[in-house]
This record gives sequence, C-alpha cells and structure tokens, in this order.
Amino acid sequence: MTILNSKIPAGPLAEKWSKHKASIKVVSPANKRKLDVIVVGTGLAGGSAAASLAELGYNVHAFCYQDSPRRAHSIAAQGGINAAKNYQNDNDSVYRLFYDTIKGGDYRAREANVYRLAEVSPNIIDQCVAQGVPFGREYGGTLANRSFGGVLVSRTFYARGQTGQQLLLGCYAAMNRQIAKGGVKMYNRHEMMDIVKIDGKARGIIARDMVTGEVKRFGAHAVVIASGGYGNVFFLSTNAMGCNGSASWVAYKRGAHFGNPCFVQIHPTCIPVHGDQQSKLTLMSESLRNDGRVWVPKKKEDAIKLQKGELHPNDIADADRDFYLERRYPSYGNLVPRDVASRAAKERCDEGFGVNNTGKAVFLDFKYAIDRLGIDVIKARYGNLFQMYEKITDVDPYKAPMMIYPAIHYSMGGTWVDYNLMTSVPGLYSIGEANFSDHGGNRLGASALMQGLADGYFVLPYTIGDYLADEIMTPKIDTNTPEFDAAEKEVTGRLEKLFNIKGKQPVDYFHKKLGQIMWDKVGMSRNEKGLKEAIAEIKAIREEFWKNVFIPGEMKNVNPELEKAGRVADFLELGELMARDALTRNESCGGHYREESVTEDGEAKRDDENFTFVSAWEYTGENQEPTLHKEELVFENVELTQRSYK
Amino acid sequence: MADITLKKIYVKVWRQNSPKDKGRFETYEVENVSQGSSFLEMMDILNDNLVREGKDPIAFDHDCREGICGMCSLYINGKAHGPDTEITTCQLHMRKFSEGETITIEPWRAGSFPVIKDLMVDRTAFEEILQSGGFVSVNTGGVPDGNTIPIGYEDSEEAMDAAACIGCGACVATCKNSSAMLFVAAKVSHLAKLPQGQVEAKRRARNMVAKMDELGFGGCTNTGACEAECPKAISISNIARLNREYLCAKIAE
Ligand SMILES: Cc1cc2nc3c(=O)[nH]c(=O)nc-3n(C[C@H](O)[C@H](O)[C@H](O)COP(=O)(O)OP(=O)(O)OC[C@H]3O[C@@H](n4cnc5c(N)ncnc54)[C@H](O)[C@@H]3O)c2cc1C
Ligand code: SF4
Ligand code: FES
Repeated sequence: MTILNSKIPAGPLAEKWSKHKASIKVVSPANKRKLDVIVVGTGLAGGSAAASLAELGYNVHAFCYQDSPRRAHSIAAQGGINAAKNYQNDNDSVYRLFYDTIKGGDYRAREANVYRLAEVSPNIIDQCVAQGVPFGREYGGTLANRSFGGVLVSRTFYARGQTGQQLLLGCYAAMNRQIAKGGVKMYNRHEMMDIVKIDGKARGIIARDMVTGEVKRFGAHAVVIASGGYGNVFFLSTNAMGCNGSASWVAYKRGAHFGNPCFVQIHPTCIPVHGDQQSKLTLMSESLRNDGRVWVPKKKEDAIKLQKGELHPNDIADADRDFYLERRYPSYGNLVPRDVASRAAKERCDEGFGVNNTGKAVFLDFKYAIDRLGIDVIKARYGNLFQMYEKITDVDPYKAPMMIYPAIHYSMGGTWVDYNLMTSVPGLYSIGEANFSDHGGNRLGASALMQGLADGYFVLPYTIGDYLADEIMTPKIDTNTPEFDAAEKEVTGRLEKLFNIKGKQPVDYFHKKLGQIMWDKVGMSRNEKGLKEAIAEIKAIREEFWKNVFIPGEMKNVNPELEKAGRVADFLELGELMARDALTRNESCGGHYREESVTEDGEAKRDDENFTFVSAWEYTGENQEPTLHKEELVFENVELTQRSYK
Repeated sequence: MADITLKKIYVKVWRQNSPKDKGRFETYEVENVSQGSSFLEMMDILNDNLVREGKDPIAFDHDCREGICGMCSLYINGKAHGPDTEITTCQLHMRKFSEGETITIEPWRAGSFPVIKDLMVDRTAFEEILQSGGFVSVNTGGVPDGNTIPIGYEDSEEAMDAAACIGCGACVATCKNSSAMLFVAAKVSHLAKLPQGQVEAKRRARNMVAKMDELGFGGCTNTGACEAECPKAISISNIARLNREYLCAKIAE
C-alpha cells in the first residue's frame, strides 16, 4: 500500500506558499527551452497554464477536442469569479475567502491548498484586466462586484452573464500570442487516448486526430491534464456535450489515484427537463438568486392545478406561497449554498408541491425585485439570461416566474494531486476541474473559474519547475520506444474492438441508461441499498455495452459515434467507482447526502470522527476491486462546525 | 406551455464524406419531434435513426448547446443559424417549424472554411487571424492592480458588446463576399475600446486585416448581411471603427 504524501509545507498557514516558493527549484531560461510540456485541455486551467509556461520559455504542446481552444467548456460559465480584493470595503480578506471556501466545502478540503487559492486570487483579476477582459464597472470606472450563494461579502467579479467566456478569451488570446511566437504548438480536434509512462514517469501521450482518425504519439518531459469535469457521467447535465472523464480516467488506470469521486455538485437553478428528447440541461446562473425569490405553493391542490395548467403562478396570492428557503434558512434565505438549495427543492417536489407538468420544478420569481428596483435594473443585471430562458421555454420571466430544478453541474472529485498539483505518477500533473483539490465536498459559486486560473497562471508554472529542474539532462523524448509502441497498440486495439462489436444499439442508449441509474441512485440523495444496486446495474450495462454497441462510419474519418463510445466506455467504469466511493463514505457532507446520516430536522450530518479524510482510489486492474487510500485532513486553523445557514 | 409534437418533417441535408468528395443533398423523414425540442435534438433523433439503420450519421459541430461556444454552424433554410434572430443553431427550437415542412440544411459555404465532413467546416482561418494580433502583449505576472486604470462605464460596456463575438463564422457564411470584417472588427474594437488594448491598436488592426486578406476572405461592401445574421448582434459600427484604426495605421506607416 502506497502512502499518500500531500507535500504540504510546514509552518504557519499564511506563510506556507511563500516559503514553499522560496524553497522549490527553478529551471534556468536556457534549460527551459530544451524542455517539452504537454497540456491536455485548453479551458481556463489548461489555457492559462499553456500560455504561462510558454512565456517562461518551455515548449508547450496543447490539445483540445474542439476546433479551437476558445470553445472549451469554461466558455459557458456565466456568473462570475471570486477574488479577495476587498474592493467593497465589506471586511473581505484572504482569510475570509479561505474560511468561506473551507466551510462551504464542508471541511473536506486541504487548508494549505485553499489558503493558497485565496492568496493568489487578487492577482487573477489584475492579470485578466491587463489582458483586456471587460469586467463590469461602476460609473466611476472602478471594478464592480456582486454577491454569490453561500457567503456574506460581495467579492464576485463579472462580465455580464458571460464571465467564463471573457476570461477564456483572455487566456486564449495569451495562448494565441504564444502560438504565433512558436512557444505553443496547438493541436485542435485531437483527443488524448492514453498516457505513456517510461521508467515510472509520464513521458507523453497517444492522441487521435479527430479529422483523419489517425492515432499519433507525442513525447514530453511532463504531462499536464486539464481536461475538465466528469458531470456527463449522468448523461443529462449542464456540461457541454463533449465534456468527459476520459483523460482523468486514463490517468487513473496509469497509476494516478482518483480523489473523492463521489463528490459532484448539483446546481439548484437549471431549466427543468422537458421530455425524453432532451440532450442536455441549461443552467440559469446562480446570480439570479440574488434577486429572485424561490417558492412553491403552500397548498397541494394549487400545485396539482399548476401541474395541469389550470392555474397560472401569478394567480397565487403571496399568503399561499411557500418561500421555503427563506422559511428554513432565515439568515441566508435564497442565498444558501447550492447543495442545500438543491435538496430543499427536491424535498418540496418529493412531497408533492412541485410545479411544471412533471411536478419536478420550483419557481424563481422576479416580481418582487422588479417592484423594488424597477424593470430596467433587472434588465441590466440579467437581460441576456432572461432572453435565453425565454428562447428555450417560451415563457417571459419579466411577466411570469421562471421554473427551475436542480441538475448535475460540477465535479469536485477528480485526480488526486499533492500540493504541487502533481498526481501520484511522477511528471503527471492535474489542474482545474480535473483535479480534486480545492473544493472539498461542495464548491462555492464563482470559485471554479478562480481555481482554474489560479492553477494555470500562478501555481503550476512555479511548482512544475521543481520537477523539471531534475529533467534538464533528459534529452527530447523519443517516441520510438517499446512503451510508446505498446500504448499505441492498446489504443488502436480498443478502437478496433469497439468498432468490431457491430451490435444493435447506439452509444446514447447505454449512456442514457447509465445516467438514469446515476441520477436515481448516485445523485442528490444516496443510501446503502441503492448504491449497491447501482454498482451491480452499472456492471451489467457495461457488459451489455461491450457486446451490443453499434458504431457506424469509418475509423479513419470524422466519427462522432466512435468518440462518444470511448467516453461512454470510460463513464461506465467511472460511474461504478463513484458509487463505490459514495458507499464507503457513510456520512453526509457537501454534495454527498447519505440518508443514513441526517439530523432530526432532516439536515445533512457530517461525521468528522470517522470521515475527515480524502478518499484516494488506486486502480488495481480490470474488474478488480480498487484500493482505497485515505489522506487524513488536518485542520489547524479552523474549527470544524456543522455547517448552518439557518 | 404544452408543446405540440410534429408528426412528420422532412430534412434535406448536405452529405459530403470528406473534403475531396463532391457532396450532394439527401432527404430524410423524421417523425414525432416535440416542438419543445431544440433543433439539434431533432438532429440527434435523425442520427439515432440513421445509426439504427446501420447508416453513417450526419456530422455537425456542436458542444455547449447553450449559444456560447460558437461550435454549432448550420445554414438552415437559407439562413445562418436558421429562422430566428440573435441565436445560434443550438438555441433554435422546433417551435419555429411546422408540420410536414421540408427543412434544408447546409454547411457554412465560404472558400476560407472548407468542408471537413457533411455539415462540419474547418474554421482554422479564424484562429490564424487572431494569432496575428488579437491580443494584448502582456505576460503573466507583473501587472498593475485591477483598479489602477479607471475605465468609464460606457467604454467598458462597448468593449463588452464587441467582445461578445463567439467566433462562429455566421458573418462569413452570410456575406456574399465571404468577408470576415465583422469578426475582425469585433476583436479590434473590443481591445481598442480599453486602455490596455489601445497601446497596440494600430499594429493590431494592420496585422489582422493583412492576415484576413492573405487567407482569402473577401472585402466588405457594406451590405450589412453579417450584422443581421450575427447571433450576438455584433454591430457593423465596429467595422467603421476598424476602418478608422486601419487608416490611422496606414497613415502612420
Ligand atoms: C453552465 C456552467 C456555468 C458555470 N458557471 C460558473 C461560474 O459562474 N463561476 C465559476 O467559478 N464556475 C462556473 N462553472 C464551472 C466552471 O466553468 C468549470 O469548472 C471550469 O471552467 C472548468 O475549467 P477547466 O479548464 O478545468 O475545464 P474545461 O473548460 O472544461 O476545459 C476542458 C478542456 O479539456 C479538453 N479535453 C477534455 N478531454 C480531452 C481529451 N481526452 N483530449 C484532449 N482534450 C480534452 C477540452 O477540449 C477543453 O479544452 C460553470 C460550469 C458550467 C457547466
Ligand atoms: S461577428 Fe457574430 S457572426 Fe461573426 S463570428 Fe462573431 S458572433 Fe459569429
Ligand atoms: S453548441 Fe455552443 S454555441 Fe451552439
């Protein structure tokens, strides 16, 4: 059994990062030029890392599956990015952002990592401004802020409802500058299929050219995975269609431990499912909860009439509306963290108070804010979100309340990394949503963008030097070695195998089946019986998949079905690990809610005595039980309390 | 808001197996499509049918399916992104179509965007234009505090209006000259409106226009078709700003 070494530096919390930076090795400019780094993924995390590493002088080879780095899923983030700038004079600080993130994560993240994240957060805003990111501003010309769920200060920076887009375009521009200079070689429409290890170290990847179908080899002195989250294991989620867990899954199979796979986030404000032709769910930004009030009818008969379309929401008097978040959580009200808001919505719908023809939706009402602030203010704040909602649902949110329901949104779990963001494979790093590191059991709104850019701009460019300083004598990685031969053969073999099954069902058939099991049994509410069933059922679908999937088209051409098949094959394994992890963690914490661990009034109950650890799963072979390693979490600076938003 | 189901529609779609293939239209029937479904969900149903018949599904680009990544790019019934305004293909819903209708779908057609397969085109030319100057030359680190340079509310809003471009290429596909002026103008304006971008404004305009010409995009003859079809309502007033920047740059030469 390997022992996990998180490499957290000693010393007082506030000094750990600066001391660490002072003690790690630095590579000279002349040597940087001789070193190659592969970056898989060019969202906020990978894009910022690729640009920054190239600026430092490394030869960067970056990969994405879209036709341009600008299309990574980071583009879809709407609400904003946090930073401890204290521009609002509301007593924000690095410590407060650290504390909010630790508490919001339900005490399942590392103090040292989270503190570092808060510490570098102000630099991110400065960097983005310098790149020309058009953040929202006040009339006096200074940067504007908004508040976000789960906190009491206003520290979120935004660019209308398109913050992710503008931040990504900023780091994409920085990448473009390096591409033009030759510092970054960009491989668009290339999907990473495997990681190649030589003498235990990550030395390259195998990728499939998604236009020609060619399987290619790429060597490097270090490999960085920045491939985003795995929410699509649920089939329906707010993630883009192509988002996948495959790069992280391959890393796992090559020896990188997988951290907290069961921690996924369910976002409370998504447009409800419309029917069985649905392909993905659309998020309505959480910022809407600043001004919208969440409610369902107080009377069941009203709910039933609403479901049948016999009553209009505006017909229900205020006295007959149950503003259940304000009722249950008076001090945070509509701004409780995501997991709390999601479960509260599910609870009302399960009790029969849900609306929409499915009974699986609640209202988010702007009437009150419009009365208070005027329609122009609301238009300026949320205009594009309201327009998007109307295009999808045909309902005008200025006139009638929106309907929302929770949906899978983010994965806190991911590849286990140490303080340097290195996985348990030497030379293999993981950054952004792909790693497990900073959000514990639940991520606060506007903190994923912060983490991706912190990792890519300000953490990895330092920490990777510590490893690469010992690689300066390693010549360019030769891809004509038995290790590369074997990896390529394995990739081609798997593609051929998938192709030759020639079964009866399209890939989506299996993906939808898996998604349903995940949502029902490994979703918002979990219990031992359901999780055990899920493990068995996922196994059965996996077997059926490998016997009965059908892939049309050609191997050596554009083939979206083949791409999907590879991703779903991996989801069919990852889903099982998630269920296994959820089964082991017999406590409720963050997004992970075990029905066996609740307080008398139905709130989640954490069990610090038995579960103050990170689960790090080690792959032991196909169809073998993985090994669970525990990284104990030590809290020296915050006191563990039951989260209360009452 | 119960949506009705279209019992049958006909989809006439461009099929082309590879860049070298000549390509042709083929017509398919699709049954039972809810008007609440998105256009791409209709395409999913069609593709699911094709796969079940053992046929090659239709290749098309898409990813976020919420109108922001700029991947989706279908020319529907003679209009880029189809018959609705200020939306992308993925935001188009079947409410815009009626029972028994024949819907014609083509890829973007422009010399600088060659077809890869079926409805999927190669937009690398856009990448190259941005690489020629669509950035502010700053490295990571060593930049001033975000509030050091105040930026007026209006300027920042105007920069944001231009920065909203998603790089989809509808402007090029719509323009009879296949000009990329709106796309280039959006980037030039976004950065020229901000003090951080002004430093290199002239050089940027000159280099990006030169690259655009080199890549074979046509010239702008002010027909305004691009603005009408742009899903993000990028205004052609940006083209006027680009022309100004470009002229200044040329005079300074
Ligand atoms: C709808 C939505 C709204 C959100 N809003 C917010 C918000 O307001 N604030 C906030 O902080 N967070 C928000 N988030 C979360 C946040 O956007 C993401 O967590 C974050 O952007 C992830 O960035 P990333 O760089 O890690 O991954 P991504 O942006 O997902 O990028 C992944 C990259 O990896 C590439 N890739 C993946 N697999 C492979 C492979 N096998 N081979 C090659 N390349 C591969 C992709 O091409 C892509 O370039 C939101 C998320 C969603 C879904
Ligand atoms: S200007 Fe409009 S149409 Fe052209 S690429 Fe940008 S968003 Fe698309
Ligand atoms: S799929 Fe992203 S904009 Fe349409």
